[in-house]
Amino acid sequence: MSVIKRVVIEPVTRVEGHGKVTILLDEAGKVVQARLHVVEFRGFERFIQGRLFWEIPVLVQRLCGICPVSHHLAAAKAMDRIVGGEALTPTAEKLRRLMHYGQMYQSHALHFFHLASPDLLFGFDADPAIRNVIGVAAKFPDLAVQAVMMRKYGQEIIKATAGKKVHGTGAIPGGVNKNLSIAERDFLLKEVDQQMTWAKSAVKIAREYTTAHLKELLPFGSFESNHLSLVRADGAMDLYHGNLRAVDTQGKKIFDQIDYQKYVDFIAEDVRDWSYMKFPFIKKLGPESGWYRVGPLARLNTADFIDTPAAESARKEFRAVTGGKTNNVTMAYHWARMVELLHSMEKIQELLNDNDLQGEDLVAKGERREEGVGVIEAPRGTLFHHYRVDKNDQVVMANLIVSTTHNNEPMNRAVTKVAQDHLSGVEITEGLLNRIEVAIRAYDPCLSCATHALGQMAIDVSVVDYEGKVLCEKSRG
Amino acid sequence: MNHVAPNILVYGYGNPGRGDDGLGPALVDALEPLAAPNLTCESDYQLAVEDAVSLTRFDVVIFVDAAMSGPEPFWFGPVQPTRELSFSSHSATPGQVVTLAREMFGAEIKAYTLGIRGYRFGELGDPLSEPARANLALALAFIQRAVREQDFEQYTRQFGVDSGRGCACGPQPEA
Repeated sequence: MSVIKRVVIEPVTRVEGHGKVTILLDEAGKVVQARLHVVEFRGFERFIQGRLFWEIPVLVQRLCGICPVSHHLAAAKAMDRIVGGEALTPTAEKLRRLMHYGQMYQSHALHFFHLASPDLLFGFDADPAIRNVIGVAAKFPDLAVQAVMMRKYGQEIIKATAGKKVHGTGAIPGGVNKNLSIAERDFLLKEVDQQMTWAKSAVKIAREYTTAHLKELLPFGSFESNHLSLVRADGAMDLYHGNLRAVDTQGKKIFDQIDYQKYVDFIAEDVRDWSYMKFPFIKKLGPESGWYRVGPLARLNTADFIDTPAAESARKEFRAVTGGKTNNVTMAYHWARMVELLHSMEKIQELLNDNDLQGEDLVAKGERREEGVGVIEAPRGTLFHHYRVDKNDQVVMANLIVSTTHNNEPMNRAVTKVAQDHLSGVEITEGLLNRIEVAIRAYDPCLSCATHALGQMAIDVSVVDYEGKVLCEKSRG
Repeated sequence: MNHVAPNILVYGYGNPGRGDDGLGPALVDALEPLAAPNLTCESDYQLAVEDAVSLTRFDVVIFVDAAMSGPEPFWFGPVQPTRELSFSSHSATPGQVVTLAREMFGAEIKAYTLGIRGYRFGELGDPLSEPARANLALALAFIQRAVREQDFEQYTRQFGVDSGRGCACGPQPEA
């Protein structure tokens, strides 16, 4: 007779890596540094080599399931250069933009409502068993349903523009392979007004929370930093295309309108013996002071304005909190993210009413090149794809710098600040663990993307003395 | 008496570009051409919160995932609803999605997980391993029978008992 026995079966967690934080103390027991480690698996560049260049925009979506569209579009932009088709037709550029704004909308909604809002609605000290999206669903059911429907709408846009949810093929070198049918457009238009209302209410929630808790949030994991993003030629925020701009902690431009094809002249990557992830920095400032933040907070700091009315109004309110100066408050990422969510919705509405989306001229071509860089503002920040292709159309070199890598130094600084402010003695309290999570979550890291890791997402925190002896360890999975 | 066949969703998830991680979508790819009128097949890289909305259209949902350990060639069991979320994951487990579907949308669904044992997950670009392909073939035969006969309690007894949070119990070898 068979006997039933309990055995543990590990589900495959394919999405993100394992976050490990080490808090280092000096001889006096004070926090000198906190280090965020992630497990490295850099198989991607090798995987890409030898592949035919036109396969790349589809293949790169295998990096992870969180932001396949961002990788799809960044790779397509690089391959536009290879085929000399970077001057896209109006239909192709608008379809790609619609896909991108759909991705931005769903990703920001997911992050804010499902990852951040439990921290904000229940407080940093709430029990993790309640401080989650299901806790939100129980206490704020309308908000939870709204959040799910916002995420779903963004996914519907991706499906309509990329062809399918998994391994979408919408963007190809030099353009797109389909337009948006009238039926697809009308399906998406039906919900636009409702989604716009929700997007505006999301900004309101983020603004009211941040301003009401400003005293507590100002120092939380915060520090002065440089900021980097793409901006349009006229200085407007542009999430799909533009030139590189970096500003310092006072808002002064470090460089501006840099063609990202030349990014290697301006940005370098530092390595440290304790981390597998690299540390990008602005070359002329050096690794010590040239590190920078990317993502929603950085984009609101670098852009001169936003070209959609509701988001521009929200941007002005955001900037007013710091008197128009650079905002270095880590927790302001959430508010900035919601301003971008609203901007994305305004752009979606604008594009869905543009007849160019039904155009038939889908692909541009020009002089063949052997090297191309594609850069896009992904939900978490600036994403670089750089390829070299030989005469046989095979990729011979690939280099990716993803947003989580750009934010490597800032995330370490944020955790260090939290540890300095909240570690008492050597004990890792639940409160400290919660706050470390909250600080990292503000950056919305995608650890598998940064490190190409497979593994269970969990966080381990340890306190280590000046001799390397582990004084306390705690994990949360 | 008229018998109304339940609407069944078979939802395979995983990354087809990461070796045996693609077992879930591979099963759906194989099953879809054989689909019955009451059967819907879906696949994605991962489960996400909005899947809670999609689930509400079905009476029975079978999640299909790769399993890194446990019984070969596969295990089967009911999904245990869970409120637990990981630290920063953008994906969701079957238990979380089912909980959301029930609590937010009042869905009355029966949900099960089919875990197909895989072996090689590390290298980007790897195809399914040969042992995983063999397990997939057996799992495909099973799911066709399961969709046709729908004796899910029997399958749970035969192929495993869920223990929550995406884990499961499996049959112990004969003593």
